[in-house]
Amino acid sequence: MNALELRVAAVDPISPLVTRFRFEHPEGATLPPFSGGAHVVVEMPDDGILRRNAYSLISDPLDGRAYEIAVRREDTGRGGSRFMHHRVKAGDMLRVTRPINLFSLDLRARKHVLIGGGIGITPFLAQLAQLTRLQAPFELHYAARTRSEAAGLSLLPDMPQVHVHISDEGNRMDLGAILGHQPLGTHVYTCGPEGLIAAVDDTAARLGWPRGALHSEAFLAPPPGTPFAVTLASGRRIEVGPHESLLEALEAAEVPVDWSCRGGACGRCETRVAACHGRIEHNDHWLTDDEKAAQTKIMPCVSRFAGETLTLDL
Amino acid sequence: MTISFNDETFRDDYTFHNSPAAIRRFPFPFDQDSYMYSVNLEPHAGGREGTPFQKRFDVDEHYVAEMKDRAITLADDPLRCQSLPHMELAGWDFLELVMTSKAEDYPDLFTLNRDGDRWHWINRPLGIEQRFTFLDPTTLPCGPLEYITRQTQGDHALLDQRDDNLWMEAGMITSQADWSLDFDIGMNFYEWHAPVPRAHELGVFQRALKFLLALQQGAPSRRLNWTMTVNPRLDTSPENYHKWGPEKRTITPENVGSKQHLRVELQTLWRLPRSNAIAFPIRCYLLSLEDIVSQPKWGRRLHRVLRDLPDELAEYKGFAVNRPMIVDYLSRFDDGAPTSPGIFPD
Repeated sequence: MNALELRVAAVDPISPLVTRFRFEHPEGATLPPFSGGAHVVVEMPDDGILRRNAYSLISDPLDGRAYEIAVRREDTGRGGSRFMHHRVKAGDMLRVTRPINLFSLDLRARKHVLIGGGIGITPFLAQLAQLTRLQAPFELHYAARTRSEAAGLSLLPDMPQVHVHISDEGNRMDLGAILGHQPLGTHVYTCGPEGLIAAVDDTAARLGWPRGALHSEAFLAPPPGTPFAVTLASGRRIEVGPHESLLEALEAAEVPVDWSCRGGACGRCETRVAACHGRIEHNDHWLTDDEKAAQTKIMPCVSRFAGETLTLDL
Repeated sequence: MTISFNDETFRDDYTFHNSPAAIRRFPFPFDQDSYMYSVNLEPHAGGREGTPFQKRFDVDEHYVAEMKDRAITLADDPLRCQSLPHMELAGWDFLELVMTSKAEDYPDLFTLNRDGDRWHWINRPLGIEQRFTFLDPTTLPCGPLEYITRQTQGDHALLDQRDDNLWMEAGMITSQADWSLDFDIGMNFYEWHAPVPRAHELGVFQRALKFLLALQQGAPSRRLNWTMTVNPRLDTSPENYHKWGPEKRTITPENVGSKQHLRVELQTLWRLPRSNAIAFPIRCYLLSLEDIVSQPKWGRRLHRVLRDLPDELAEYKGFAVNRPMIVDYLSRFDDGAPTSPGIFPD
C-alpha cells in the first residue's frame, strides 16, 4: 500500500469523546499536500489484529509540516477508535496512507455551503482552510441536538462564515432558510448522519436545486454484527468475527484484496460472488440497488452475510 | 547522462530522425504477436535503465525540437492550450509535479529552488530562468499549465473528477493523433471516448474509469497506446487534416519504409494533490518502419500484428488505406521465427 511511516507528534483531548492526533515525518520532511475533504487510512497493530480506519484530514492542506485527524471514541465499535484513544501516545510510529479524496470541493462553484452534523464536521475543517486560501465565498453550518453532543464544536474556528445550530438552545438548523436564499451556482456539501444528508437532499429538491450541485459523504465504519463464514474459490473457509469486517478477515488470512477507502464508497474492493445461499447485508454506497438485489457482488470492507453459504470469486 | 539534442523538424522538410540509441529505447507497444484493446495499466514506478519508463517525465534527444514545434503550432492556433477557470489550481499542481520531478530526475538539465512560495526555475536545454510566486499567476508570463507544458514533451490533459466521472477541462494538445481539445473540452470520459470502436462492447471503458476514479496520489499509472502516421509529424490534429491527410496518399512501395511511422503514446496518469484532478500526459514517440525492422524481433512482430488486425481498428487508427503496402513491406522481415516475450528488443 501507498503508505507513509509517520511519528505521532501530539495527542490532544479536545472533548470527552474526541481526541486530535498530529502526525509528522520522523526526519522532519514535508508531507505531500492534499485537498480539502481528503482522508487517510491509519494502520493500528492491535494485539495481532491489524486494524485500518479511515479519518478525514483536518489540518491545512497546504501546510506540509503535519497531518492532523480527530477521532471520536466509539465504545461499541470494532475497536479502532478505542485503540487510538487508549494506546496511541506521542512519539509512537504509525503507518498512514497518502491522502485520498472522495469528497472533493467542486471548484466550479460560485459559492460553497458546507453542512455538517456530529463528527461529520471533520472533512470541512481542511476545506475551510482551502476555501479561505482560494478566497472563495462559503458558509458553514454545524448542527447538533445539544452542546454536549456537538463533538466537533471545539474543532471549529471562530470565523464569521461559521454558524452553529444547537436545537436544545432554540436555534435548530433551518435547511429551508439556508438553501432558499443562495445565489445561482452555489454548491452544497453535507457530511454527517444519513438523516441529515436525506434532509438536505429533500430540501434542495423541493427548492429546485440541480442534482449536480449536491455533494455528500456518509463516512461508514464497518458495522459489527453476527459472525459468518465465506468460502473462497479454492474451497478455503474464512470465519468473520462479530467485531471484524470481511475485509479484515480476508487480510488476516492473507487473501489479497485491493482496497482504498474501507468505508463502502470507493468501489476498489468490489468482489464477485460465485454462489450465495442467504442474504448479503450490503452496507455500502457503491453498488446500485439492482446490483445489491442480484447478490452477485459484495464490498468486503463494510458488508456482511447471513445464511448458509457465500462463495467468493477469490 | 548528458543528452545531445537533435536539430530537426516535424513538418515541411521533416528532418526528424532517431539515433541508434533512440531506436533501441523506443517504447515498442506489442508484447505479443497480436493486438486487442485492454486496460493495460501498470504502476508508473520506474523501469529498465535507459528506457522511457525509467523517469517520471522522459526527456530525450527530441526535447528541444519538439518544444520548437509546439511553439509554432500554438502561434498558429492558441486554442491548442485551454483551461476552464476552475482548473487553474490543477495547473499549478501539474507545474509543481513536473518541476520537482525533472529537477530530481535530471539535475544536470533542470534546477528548482524553493523558498516558501518563492520559486526559482532553471531549464538549461531551453535557456529559461524564471523567478515566480507559486499560486500567483501574475508572476508567470502565461498560465501555469501553459508555462510548464511549453517545456514538457507530450500532450497533457487535466481531468476534473466529480459525479463519479472525469471531465476533460484543461490541456495542452499539439501532438495528437487526430483529436482536438477544442472539440473535447468539457466532455466526460464516456463522451470523449465515444468514437473508439469495439472497446465499449468489451467493457474496457467502465473498468478503466473505475480504476481511474480510485487513482491515488503518489501512485501514478501508465500504459502504451499506438497508431500509425505518415511522415514524422507531431501535429496530426483534425484542425490541420488538410495538411496531413493528403500525405497518406504519398506512400509507395519504394518509400513506405522511410515515410510510414509507428506512433506510440506513453500515457501516464497522476492524481494531483491540491485540486484532486488527474493529470494525463500523453508522450508521443515516432519510429519509421525502416528503423523498426533494424530490430528483428520488432519487424517480425509488427508484421504479424498489422496483418491480423481487425479492419475496423485499422480504419480507426487511420492506416487502412496503406495497410496492404505496409504489411507487404514488413513481410520481407518476417522469417517466421518465434518472437520472445515482452516488448524490449533482443
